[in-house]
Amino acid sequence: MAPILELRAVKAFYGQSEVLHGIDVAVEDGGMSVLLGANGAGKTTTLRAISGMVRSEGEIHFAGQRLERRSTEAIAGLGVAHVPEGRGTMTGLTVEENLRLGAYTRAGRPDAAMQRMYGYFPILGQRRRQQAGALSGGEQQMLAIARALMMSPRLLILDEPSFGLAPRIVEDIFAIVERIRREQHVAVLLVEQNAALALELADQAYLLETGYVVMSGPAKTLADDPQIRRSYLGY
Amino acid sequence: MSKGLAAVLPQDAAAARYGGLDAGAWRWIGALALIALAAALPFAVSNYHVFELTLVMIYAIAVLGLNILTGYNGQISLGHGGFFAAGAYTAAILMHRYGVPYWATLPPAGLVCFALGVLFGLPALRFEGPYLALVTLAMAVATPQLLKYFDTWTGGQQGINLAKVQPPPGLGIDRDRWLYLVVLVVLLLAMRVAANMLHGRTGRAFVAIRDHPIAAAAMGIDVARYKTLAFGTSTSLTGIAGALSAIVIGFVAPESFSLFLSLSFLVGSAVGGIATISGAIVGGLFIEFVPNLANDISDAAPWAIYGLAMLLLMYAMPRGVAGSFGLLLQRFQSRRATLEEGHQDYKGRMP
Amino acid sequence: MHQLLQQIFSGLAAGAIYASLALALVMIYRATDLVNFAQGEMAMFSTYIAWTLVNAGLPFWAAFVLTLAVSFLGGMTIERVLIRPVENAPVLAAVVVTIGLLLIFNALAGWIFTYTLQEFPSPFPDRTMFGALMTTRDLGVIGVTLVMLLLLFAFFRFTATGLAMRAAAQNPESARLCGIPVGRMLAIGWGLAAAIGATAGIMVAPVLFLDPNMMGGVLLYAFAGALLGGITSPVGAVVGGLIVGVTENLVGTYLIASQLKLTVALGLIILVLVFRPNGLFGTAIVRRV
Repeated sequence: MAPILELRAVKAFYGQSEVLHGIDVAVEDGGMSVLLGANGAGKTTTLRAISGMVRSEGEIHFAGQRLERRSTEAIAGLGVAHVPEGRGTMTGLTVEENLRLGAYTRAGRPDAAMQRMYGYFPILGQRRRQQAGALSGGEQQMLAIARALMMSPRLLILDEPSFGLAPRIVEDIFAIVERIRREQHVAVLLVEQNAALALELADQAYLLETGYVVMSGPAKTLADDPQIRRSYLGY
Repeated sequence: MSKGLAAVLPQDAAAARYGGLDAGAWRWIGALALIALAAALPFAVSNYHVFELTLVMIYAIAVLGLNILTGYNGQISLGHGGFFAAGAYTAAILMHRYGVPYWATLPPAGLVCFALGVLFGLPALRFEGPYLALVTLAMAVATPQLLKYFDTWTGGQQGINLAKVQPPPGLGIDRDRWLYLVVLVVLLLAMRVAANMLHGRTGRAFVAIRDHPIAAAAMGIDVARYKTLAFGTSTSLTGIAGALSAIVIGFVAPESFSLFLSLSFLVGSAVGGIATISGAIVGGLFIEFVPNLANDISDAAPWAIYGLAMLLLMYAMPRGVAGSFGLLLQRFQSRRATLEEGHQDYKGRMP
Repeated sequence: MHQLLQQIFSGLAAGAIYASLALALVMIYRATDLVNFAQGEMAMFSTYIAWTLVNAGLPFWAAFVLTLAVSFLGGMTIERVLIRPVENAPVLAAVVVTIGLLLIFNALAGWIFTYTLQEFPSPFPDRTMFGALMTTRDLGVIGVTLVMLLLLFAFFRFTATGLAMRAAAQNPESARLCGIPVGRMLAIGWGLAAAIGATAGIMVAPVLFLDPNMMGGVLLYAFAGALLGGITSPVGAVVGGLIVGVTENLVGTYLIASQLKLTVALGLIILVLVFRPNGLFGTAIVRRV
């Protein structure tokens, strides 16, 4: 199957500094790829380059289109749903309003889609009229993912969804993400520091270090690699 | 979406050498040349131009005061016209009622305005951003009204007429040129004092408070003290400028110190470069000459041209003239350093 | 007592106008962190457009609606063409641009329409009601303002665009990731603010008489009202504007003659701010270290 997302020789810049030095990343249609690496390796920068939030060079192919030089909102409109670091929920709006926002790019009434989200995340249904800022960390993460899914995306980008969450919640969230991926046929590009969990779920994995992809391949292969196990999996 | 009043600080002299002398030496030579030029200038132009140039320098001193407060310390003021007026009237009242010689009015004007600034700065500690803007705006609006109200001291609507200043005998220069030189000396002193303060510990504290007030406090900087100091120093300078304006123009009246004057100072600051010292001179030039130029271009709607000039300058140089040059200089110097040191490429480990 | 009630009521009518302009200021501030100092002059210019239409023979309410439409488009255009270049520049540059706009609009109005005071028709008959307690004109002004506020509230609360605008103002980057064209939302915000300002101008012109300097004092009071209510709060803008209107009227009637009225009124407002430095309904600006 052709990859739905492909980065070829992508460089990214913050001002004058080059922080990504020509990376190749791909996500299969309906598959899951994960970006691993230490802090500062360039994982979030890669995601931002895809969404047009940093200056970049190289080729970014998505579902037959080229994403370079498009605005962030145009890229979102094409079907890329990006849940950023820190979740990006609108804390001043209610849960329901956050979900409605996700449906901005989709025609028609969002009610059916919202019901589906409440099905995946019952707690959101219970708290639908509350301010998003009053939700716990795990609930906000669910809200962020639900909002992204309201966009009926073909690619879901998740930046460190486990950040600051208890392990139990993380497992729940990943279970739901996996379920959604299979049921909705959404591709997922994941950035995670929690390497063990990520490598279990993903098809492809990429290891980034200071702006380079230093290792890539099927997730299973990387999980078995002794260097990875020592540096990132702890055994 | 919050943007601070971030601007570029003047770069310290680089260690590079140009034509045998280092940057610092070239700066001294350049500065001395400019000063000599400025001192010689009044003798090459007509009386009226000398008067205009003197006003330019007076406005530059006032704008420098504003730069200290708003540019370096981040406290916006829409009311500096009020402090300018305070200085002007202090000088006028001292000269008119108490016969104080003109040069002796400068220190009291400076002190009075310093005290006013501290008085203002203390409650201003509670306000930020648009709230501080309103408080200072209120001051600007109140100034002409208060001046008219306390008419026993201020001469009310009519203002105060001052006796013409006499240049010292035996020097052989006329009044206009003498006053030009006096103001030039005050301007140079003001710039020197400002530079010493702003490039030293106090200036760094100001900037730290502007950019990261919480971190500054955490590092032990007495935020309240420095903010009040910034206010007082700023208003003191602008007040001295006001005193000079009373002396040079020979007349003070409430109409001259309206809200428009305060706005002009702010615009002059922005056009010159709010967090610069040399930008104040550009600001003074703008305030004095652009309205006249606008009148030449269109006498039907000159202020529309003035407003248009403001817009175009902000589009072209959002950090002001001196601010933009400072930025260019920084880029030039950093590029130079990069070429000299060599660029290290780090290659990660490959499997 | 009767006079007190009278003054309070007419203060509310003036306050309704300050509230409108204050709301326009708050809308723009929430979206762009910028106080639009030109809001008053833009409103004045819109009022001149309405006046021109009425003089050309259009019935009042038709001219009103048409002026609102033109002002909306004008506001959008100003944001796109004149404000966008300094959107990412230091805040002071944007402030100077709005001051420049203030001067330009003022001068243009004076040039095109002259500085002669003009009469502006009021759609409301000038009668007193309830035993001279209030005038129909004041009631009309309050009524129009109320309708406008309700429409705005409904727009922001119940429409997709309104929701998108609120999101764009709160968190522009996150809004973009949802596919919201933040730039266009800003332009719409400026358009709405301009239309609100036009309403304020048209309401106040019959009382103050139309001239290029008509809105100077109004803007000042509106600014004070917006801050009193809390520069980030639309509800605060309305409440603040109303309080300022009543305060100004009472100070003018009972305390001091017109010259120092402005100073005293502002002084009182600032006194309140000393105790509530973020306004009555404003939220403290949360700083991340």
